Amino acid sequence: MATAARSADERVRSVGILRKLLTRPELGAVAGAILVFAFFAVVAGDRGFLTSIGTISYLEVSAQLGIVVIPVALLMIAGEFDLSVGSMIGAAGMLLAIPTVEFGWPLWASLILAFGAALVIGFLNGYMVVKTGLPSFIVTLASLFALRGATIGFTRLITGRTQVSGLEDEGFLASLFAGEIAGVPASIFWWVGLGILGTYVLLRTTFGNWIFGTGGDPVAARNVGVPVNRVKILLFMATAVASTLLAVMQVLDAGSADVLRGTLFEFQAIIATVIGGVLLTGGYGSVIGPMFGALIFGMVSQGIFFTGVDTDWFQVFLGAMLLIAVIVNNYIRNRAARAR
Amino acid sequence: MTAAQTEASTPLVEVQHISKYFGSVIALQDISMHVSPGEVLCLLGDNGAGKSTLIKTLSGVHQYDEGRLLIEGEEVRLNSPRDALNRGIATVFQDLAMIPLMGISRNFFLGREPTKGAGPLKRYDAARADRVTREQLAGMGIDIRDPSQPVGTLSGGERQSVAIARAVYFGAKVLILDEPTSALGVKQAAVVLRYIAQTRDQGIGVIFITHNVHHAFPVADRFTILKRGQSLGTFEKSEVTREDVASMMAGGEDMETLTAELAEFEQADREDAAGSDGDHTAEDFHDEAENVPEEENQGRETN
Repeated sequence: MATAARSADERVRSVGILRKLLTRPELGAVAGAILVFAFFAVVAGDRGFLTSIGTISYLEVSAQLGIVVIPVALLMIAGEFDLSVGSMIGAAGMLLAIPTVEFGWPLWASLILAFGAALVIGFLNGYMVVKTGLPSFIVTLASLFALRGATIGFTRLITGRTQVSGLEDEGFLASLFAGEIAGVPASIFWWVGLGILGTYVLLRTTFGNWIFGTGGDPVAARNVGVPVNRVKILLFMATAVASTLLAVMQVLDAGSADVLRGTLFEFQAIIATVIGGVLLTGGYGSVIGPMFGALIFGMVSQGIFFTGVDTDWFQVFLGAMLLIAVIVNNYIRNRAARAR
Repeated sequence: MTAAQTEASTPLVEVQHISKYFGSVIALQDISMHVSPGEVLCLLGDNGAGKSTLIKTLSGVHQYDEGRLLIEGEEVRLNSPRDALNRGIATVFQDLAMIPLMGISRNFFLGREPTKGAGPLKRYDAARADRVTREQLAGMGIDIRDPSQPVGTLSGGERQSVAIARAVYFGAKVLILDEPTSALGVKQAAVVLRYIAQTRDQGIGVIFITHNVHHAFPVADRFTILKRGQSLGTFEKSEVTREDVASMMAGGEDMETLTAELAEFEQADREDAAGSDGDHTAEDFHDEAENVPEEENQGRETN
């Protein structure tokens, strides 16, 4: 460590490029994605993993997860969890399908209802977390069950079933969410677009700085004038809206909605976020990292299918990846924040 | 009470008979004080004296229950830290309000980010933030190569200086420093004290909170001494000595009792030392301790 004395009591030290790279939150996920890609390219390259169909199949899985992961990552950087995103997907699907199919609403009206409800539910999640001071883990765990239960209850009450099908819509609105350009599904464009937006917000706006501050030390941030509660509530609203966006895509693509859609999705989102280098405790992370986390998730879930290995092993891999990611993140965080 | 004479100019901040209660606990009772441009008011008190409560009241974190708060002669009520900041009262809290994992420049501008562009294109001006941070810290003699390096990598004195530089840069008229030197070594504390003097020379009113009289004395113009939520009065530096202040802080009589007790201990120690002469010396014990294992070893060998 080269330390050159410049003045009486202050020093300037040089920081190695490697160490600087190590402090980048997205490094681990990018390296992981390259490794995973290389692995499947070698093992399953001749069975279709490298074809355009294979590529699109894993990109679509990544995109669907990634759309939700982006706001989940921002929220985690701000120091909070949202476990209700999976239930929100189920609820939003029904909010779109039931009015359209059962009541004959035009699609645009159902879309407004679904996104409006998402804003309200996201706001309530955030408001409860901020006002009760309880861990968001608990508050949104409650939402996870309440929302899923309400979705099943109301759907059965209104339709007598747990699935609603018959959404035939080929209009512009439908193609905006579920269409494709040159064989590439809309979800991939949404994912990349939202990823750019999320990165821009995090790194190039005042709000992004507030996100870091809120997660890094809420008391300190509040003391310098950051509206910590507003930041959190807005991000809870963003996760609910992103879940709804995904639900809309799935429902319009499949033409049907199921009350159980999105089950366990909250955990997949958190896994991708953590693999992407976001600290579980907040204050540190990126949007690009979790996007690569989602990419790893997509490549592995589809890649295993191409290798012909039993897909049961996918979950083992996920668990191992999560553990490794957390260990690596802790190491990086300690390197980055250690006073010397 | 020997209250200091009010300056000719209007005080920047004046507190009149402020009280603050937390439920049944009286945290502050009937506190009055003021600080004018270009002076350092030292707020002294032992732990639990109410120093932190008082400055949290001044910085808008707590709302007072009774009394008046005047800023430049105008009665105000501060509802949030942001309110206080907008009126030119900047507080450097003990925890520094700095986020260890965030970069220096992002910390520097947290809550007051520079922007460029307008409307939806309005964005955080990272380049300007980095440049200003570097300039401001250079002005304080701290040379940072990488303004994006996490604050957690800075030393305590450097962090303290970043926090002070930040407050000054954002046009603080009154700078409240909550125990800025308490966690620092002697050299680092001296550096921070020098910044306090520099800040005062720029015409800023400084309220310097500490429980260390030796840190307070070199820079302070006046002292307000708090004890158990009450003010013991405000004193000009010329009126009092270091010892007066220390004894008032600890609470006169208590201090005398303590001094007497300490003297007794010393006396007892001296008597012990005198009494032990002629008995075992330390060397005797040492020899015995060494002999025991040797004998045991020999015993084991012969068996």
